[in-house]
Amino acid sequence: MNAKTLIPLALFAVLVGFLAVGLGLDPREVPSPLLNKPAPAFRIAQLEQPDAQFSPEDMKGKVWLFNVWASWCVACRQEHPVLMDFARAKVAPLIGLDYKDQRKDALGVLKRTGNPYDITVFDADGRVGIDYGVYGVPESYVIDKAGVIRYKHIGPITAEAMRDTIIPLINELKKS
Amino acid sequence: MIPELGQFVLILALCVALVQGTLPLAGAHYGRREWMLLARPCAQVLFLLLAAAFAALTWTFYTNDFSVQYVAAHSNNQLPTLYRFGAVWGGHEGSLLLWVLMLAGWTVAVAQFSRTLDETMVARVIGVLGLVTVGLLLFVLFTSNPFDRLLPAAENGRDLNPLLQDPGLIFHPPMLYMGYVGFAVAFAFAIAALLSGRLDAAWARWSRPWTTAAWAFLTLGIALGSWWAYYELGWGGWWFWDPVENASFLPWLLGTALLHSLAVTEKRGSFKSWTVLLAIGAFSMSLLGTFLVRSGVLTSVHAFATDPQRGVFILALLAAVVGTSLALFAWRAPKVALGGSFALVSRESLMLVGNVLLVVACAAVLLGTLYPLLIDALNLGKISVGPPYFNLVFGAIMAPVLFLMAAVPLARWKHADLKDIALRMWIPGVLALVAGGLVPALMGGWTVLTGGGVALAVWIAASGVIQIARRLKAGLPPASFWGMHLGHFGIAVFLFGVTMVGGFQEEQDVRMEPGDTVKVGGYQFKMIGVSDVPGPNYSASRGVFEVSRSSGPVHLLHPEKRNYFSSTMPMTEAAIDAGFTRDIYVSLGEPLEGKAWAVRVYFKPFVDWIWGGCVFMALGGFMAMLDRRYRLKVKADAADAVLANGAAA
Repeated sequence: MNAKTLIPLALFAVLVGFLAVGLGLDPREVPSPLLNKPAPAFRIAQLEQPDAQFSPEDMKGKVWLFNVWASWCVACRQEHPVLMDFARAKVAPLIGLDYKDQRKDALGVLKRTGNPYDITVFDADGRVGIDYGVYGVPESYVIDKAGVIRYKHIGPITAEAMRDTIIPLINELKKS
Repeated sequence: MIPELGQFVLILALCVALVQGTLPLAGAHYGRREWMLLARPCAQVLFLLLAAAFAALTWTFYTNDFSVQYVAAHSNNQLPTLYRFGAVWGGHEGSLLLWVLMLAGWTVAVAQFSRTLDETMVARVIGVLGLVTVGLLLFVLFTSNPFDRLLPAAENGRDLNPLLQDPGLIFHPPMLYMGYVGFAVAFAFAIAALLSGRLDAAWARWSRPWTTAAWAFLTLGIALGSWWAYYELGWGGWWFWDPVENASFLPWLLGTALLHSLAVTEKRGSFKSWTVLLAIGAFSMSLLGTFLVRSGVLTSVHAFATDPQRGVFILALLAAVVGTSLALFAWRAPKVALGGSFALVSRESLMLVGNVLLVVACAAVLLGTLYPLLIDALNLGKISVGPPYFNLVFGAIMAPVLFLMAAVPLARWKHADLKDIALRMWIPGVLALVAGGLVPALMGGWTVLTGGGVALAVWIAASGVIQIARRLKAGLPPASFWGMHLGHFGIAVFLFGVTMVGGFQEEQDVRMEPGDTVKVGGYQFKMIGVSDVPGPNYSASRGVFEVSRSSGPVHLLHPEKRNYFSSTMPMTEAAIDAGFTRDIYVSLGEPLEGKAWAVRVYFKPFVDWIWGGCVFMALGGFMAMLDRRYRLKVKADAADAVLANGAAA
C-alpha cells in the first residue's frame, strides 16, 4: 500500500463525513417569514356549523394551536392520535383548518376517528392556507395571546415534538 | 394475500442474494469449484424471485389495493390503468424495487453471456453483484418496504403526482435505472480484477461492452428525462442543474471517462489503476445519486418522500460499498504492473487529458451540487448554487474536451506527430472557422459563445467525416469504429442544438385576450380563446392558438392548464409544434381578469437536436457493443486464462 493510492479513500471519507452531518440538517427548514408576525386575519365558516364563523380575533388572550389538516391527507392520520392526546390533556385550545376538502369527507373522518378540535374551520378553496404559507398538509402553528405566530411545525406532529417542543412552548407562553 | 406473497418472495430473494454474495467469492478465494458453480443458478433464481415480487406489486397497483400503504400513496380510483403500471415505480419504494430487479437482470445477463469467461472471474463478478444486491434488498426490506400494509385501508388513494401522469414516466425511470445499475457490472468486473490481481487487457475487453451498454442506457434515460421536463414542466428549459439531474449526470461523466480509459487499457495495457478507479467511481456516483435523491439532504424538484432513517441507511451502504472498494484499491493498485509506455504526444496522452478533464468536470458539478450542503454543514448559512455557476465552470472545462475529441482518433498510439495531425485536420478546421463565423451572424447576432459552439460542432462533425473517408480506403471498418463516430457525431449534433437554443431562442411572457396577437421568432400567434374540457381525472382549461407565418399555412396549438382532482397544484401542458429546425412552444400561465390569460410563447431553434444528439450517442454505444471482437477474442483469452490457471495450480 502506498500513500498515493490512499488518496481516493481519504477524499471519500471526507465526503461521507459531510453527508453524515448533512443528514441532520433540513434544507427545507427555511424559517417561516410569518414567525413572530401577527397571524393573518380571516373570518370563515366553521366545518360543523356552516352558519357559525370563526376568526383568530376570537382567540385573543389565549394561547392556541392551529392545525392544518384534510381528509385526503394520509400523514394527518399519523398525527391524529397525538392531537387526540393533546385535546384530552386540555393543554390549550386546538383549532383545525380543514384545507381544500369536501365537507362530507371531513365530517366523516372526524366521526369515525374522533374529533380532537375545539373548532374546525372550513377552507374549501384554500385561501386561508395560502395566507398562512401552507405548502404541505399537515402543518401546525402555535399562536400566542397577542395573536402572534410563535412556532410553525411542518409535517405531522410526532409524540416527541409535541412533548418536547410544542407543549413546553405553550406552557411558557401561557405564563407571559 | 398477494402483497404478503410479494413480501415473502422478497425475503427469499434476500436469502438467495446472501448465498450469491458469499459462496462464489469464497470459492474463488479457496479454489472450491463447487462453490463457484453456485454463482449462475443463484443469479437466475434471484432474478425470478425479484420479478415475482415486482409482479406482485404491479398486481397490487392494477387492483388498486389501498390497504397497501405505497399504493394508497401513489394511486387513485380515477387513475387511468396505464399510469397505474407506471405508478409502480412512481415513488421511492417501488422505484427501488425496480432498481434491484434491474440489478438482478444485469447479473443474469452477465451469467448468460459470459459462458466463455474463466469460471473464477465469473464467480467473483456475480458474487460482487450479489453483495450489492444484498445491501439494496436490506434497504428495501428495512426502510422502504413497498408491501407495508395500511390499516385501516384508505378509501381512496392520494393519487400519483400529476407531474408523473405522463408517458414519460413509463420510459424515463427504467432507462435511467438501466444505466445507473449497469455501472454495477463494470464495478463488479473491476473489483473481481482487483481481487484476482489480474488487471489486464482481457479484463478491459470483458468489461467494455457492459460499460458501453450501461452508458448508452444512461444517455437515453437522461435525454428522456430532459425532454420530459421540457414539455411537461412548461418552463421551456431542457436542463436545470437541479441536484437530481446532476445526480444522473455525475455517473454519466465518469462513465464517459471510463469508456475511453477502458479503450486504452484494452489496446495498450496502460491506465490500469486509473480505469479501475473510474469503474469504482462511476458506480459510486450512481449510489451517491441515490443517496442525494432519497435522503432529503438537498432540496430538489424531484421530491421523493424523504425519511432520515433511509438517509442513514443509504449512507451506510455507500460507505460500505465505496469504502471497501477504495480500500481494496489502495491495497492492490500498487502491485499493478505499468502498461506500455507512451510519448508526450500520443493517442494515450491525449486520451488521458480528455479523461482528466471529464473527471474534473464531474468534480465541479459534484461540488456545485453539494455546496449548499457543505455550507450548511459548516454552519455558514443557507445558499443555493444556480445555473450560472454550472454553465460557466462546466462550459470552460468541457470546451477543450470537445476540441480534443475530434482529433484524438487521428493520433497514433505510443507516439503521434502533431504536424501530421494538423495536416489532416486543416479542412475541418477551416470549415469550423467559416461556419462559426457565418452561421451565428446569419441567425441574427454573433457572440463568442454562439460562434465557438457552432465552430466546435462543425469541427467534430467534419473531422468525423474525414476520418471515416480515410478509413474506408483500407476496407470496411468494424462496428466499434462506426459506433465511436456515431457517438461523436451525436455530441456535435447535441452541441449545435444547445448553442442555437442558448443563443437564439426567443421568449415572450404576455397577457393575452381572445383576438390578441403576439409575434415571436417570425411567427404570429393569435389567441382564439380558452374553453373548459373534462379529462379522466382532471378538468382542464384548453387554449386555442393560431400560429402563422407571413407566407406559410396556419395551424392550431392547444396548450392546457389541468386541475387534477386529487392535487392542489395546477399542471401545465405546453403545446409544442416540433420541427427539424425549430420548436414553437405555447404554455398557459395563470388566468387573469375576464377572459385574459398570462401566456408564455417560445421560439426554440434546433432544440430537438439536443435530444437527437443524445439518441445518436446512445446508438453509437449500442453499435460499438456489438463489435465482433468481443465475442471472438474473449474465447481465445478464456482459453488462455484456463491454461494459465492450470499452470499456476
